[in-house]
Amino acid sequence: MPSRALARVGMLRSGEMQACLLDAGVVKAWHTAKLILSQPLSSRPATPSAHNPESRIMARQQEIPKDKPKDSQRSLVEARGLHVNFGRQHVLRAIDLTIPRGQTLALIGESGCGKTVLLKSIIGLVRPAQGEVHFDGSNLVKLGDRALTRERIRFGFLFQQAALFDSMTVAQNVAFPLRQHTRKSDDEIRQIVMARLAEVGLPETVVAKKPAELSGGMRKRVGLARALALNPEILLYDEPTTGLDPIMSDVINELIIRTRERYPVTSVVVTHDMHTARKVADRVVMLFPLSRLSHEESQIIFDGTPRQLDQFGDARVTQFVQGEARERLMEMRELAELQG
Amino acid sequence: MPTALPSNVGNQPTRAWGPIQAIVDWISDLGDLVIGWIEAIGEVAVFAFRTVGWLFGRLPRRETLLPSFYQIGVLSLPVVALTGVFIGMVLAVQGYSQFRGIHLETRLGAVINMSLVRELGPVLAATMLAGRVGSAMAAELGTMRVTEQIDALASMGANPIQYLVVPRFLGCLMLIPALTIMADFMGVAGGAFYSTQILGVDSHHYWDNSQKFVGAFDIFSGVFKSLFFGAAIALISCHRGFNCDPGAEGVGRAATSAFVYSFVVILIIDLILGILLDSLYYILWPEGMRFI
Repeated sequence: MPSRALARVGMLRSGEMQACLLDAGVVKAWHTAKLILSQPLSSRPATPSAHNPESRIMARQQEIPKDKPKDSQRSLVEARGLHVNFGRQHVLRAIDLTIPRGQTLALIGESGCGKTVLLKSIIGLVRPAQGEVHFDGSNLVKLGDRALTRERIRFGFLFQQAALFDSMTVAQNVAFPLRQHTRKSDDEIRQIVMARLAEVGLPETVVAKKPAELSGGMRKRVGLARALALNPEILLYDEPTTGLDPIMSDVINELIIRTRERYPVTSVVVTHDMHTARKVADRVVMLFPLSRLSHEESQIIFDGTPRQLDQFGDARVTQFVQGEARERLMEMRELAELQG
Repeated sequence: MPTALPSNVGNQPTRAWGPIQAIVDWISDLGDLVIGWIEAIGEVAVFAFRTVGWLFGRLPRRETLLPSFYQIGVLSLPVVALTGVFIGMVLAVQGYSQFRGIHLETRLGAVINMSLVRELGPVLAATMLAGRVGSAMAAELGTMRVTEQIDALASMGANPIQYLVVPRFLGCLMLIPALTIMADFMGVAGGAFYSTQILGVDSHHYWDNSQKFVGAFDIFSGVFKSLFFGAAIALISCHRGFNCDPGAEGVGRAATSAFVYSFVVILIIDLILGILLDSLYYILWPEGMRFI
């Protein structure tokens, strides 16, 4: 709620939303008592105009369509009956998942269980064979090329290997979305790039380097800076700590937490690092490989808070959480005997 | 021939074995192959429509167009020029002994220059472009696919076809005529040099016969065909790169198949357009009828 130490100049209240202009020239907004915006008055987006596409993007990002159902206002992402196949191989089956605004969700599960495919389905990079993915009320599956491209501006995606453009420098990589979707001057873009790199703890000396000259941890951080460039509403992290040393893994975890604290962003983190899942997530969802499930079983075998993980009765979940390979080893032995 | 399948073939269904089954299998394999080809052609057609669709939208930025144009046009010029000179000289070497036998060596210029501007110039330029640029495009885009850079582009709201394919498509389409003209010019120069300076063919008659037999329509038909070659190279190579299999092997295969498919398609287009352009020539100038 608004601090009493600062005098209120003006206040707006609508349902669960509350906005306030403080005399320090700062605009703050709360949603159900959670601070979702705090910025100086001068940094408000400009009024949308035909000559200012950047302001149109920002205005579109902020508006909530009046005709959308109330449900879609609560949840930012909603997957309904999602099936994904690669040729004859079924990867996801009848996935139902709702992600509320502001939540940090960790998607965990064995390698090959479809976590990354689900993450890519959420942003429309993988087209499902069946089912729907709703983002802020619009069904991404039914959108055409151009409309989908416009929606993706609202996403930030940190890829497993960062997926930096190797022909560009670090600065060009981070500036890429800004150059694509805004008409900011070179100076403004440079300032934003430097600010984003500083947020992820990278020095100025890296700006002129090519991705090949960076360490794995630095590449991940540049990837995060690039994902943050357009102030996304939702951040998708694909195994952000895989392949990093424990210290750098924790740095990335802290950056995920800090990003959530700084921006009103919804996050989905795909990981099999339980330390990451416990540290950054409000909610954990565990997927299980379809090849080891019967037809009736749900592919989501756990959906709860990180604390509930340890008390959950399903052996598949506890074995994964505790890193026990006993049952898998027995399965492998049985398979070897069958084949032998 | 075995009468039954061995029992240890896993979970494959047991089938009757015999000549009828062999024929059924053969038809089934042929069907699979045909369906595969139709699917592949359909995929490339959809890819082509999407690329052309983006041409009518927002054009790519200058900073993405210029590097593509430089790669495709400027860096291909030396190799196209060099191969053009040599193909002109080779034609002179091969044609001279044949024409000399019937005392028509002064007609060598007409044959060399006609072959170059109608067929060899455009096909040579297209082959060089497919080998030098097409394979490189497939390998580059394939690597981008494997390392998720294409997904990263899409995730940032940039359409990969608009950002990656359209500049390459425009580069190939707009610069292959220039490369063809360069191949024509260097081939004509190489053929003339070897014929008149090395083989001793009379220069005046060499050029006089060339002028009589090679017309503007011949040059136009070569350049016109090259536009289709350029479009085919760009679309096939980018499509191979976009649909690259994972790993280093997948990238290598994409680069190789880009060249092979481009080359085959160039020859098919060359035949079809050759027939059509000859028919057009016959319609426009009936007195100058050619064999189709």
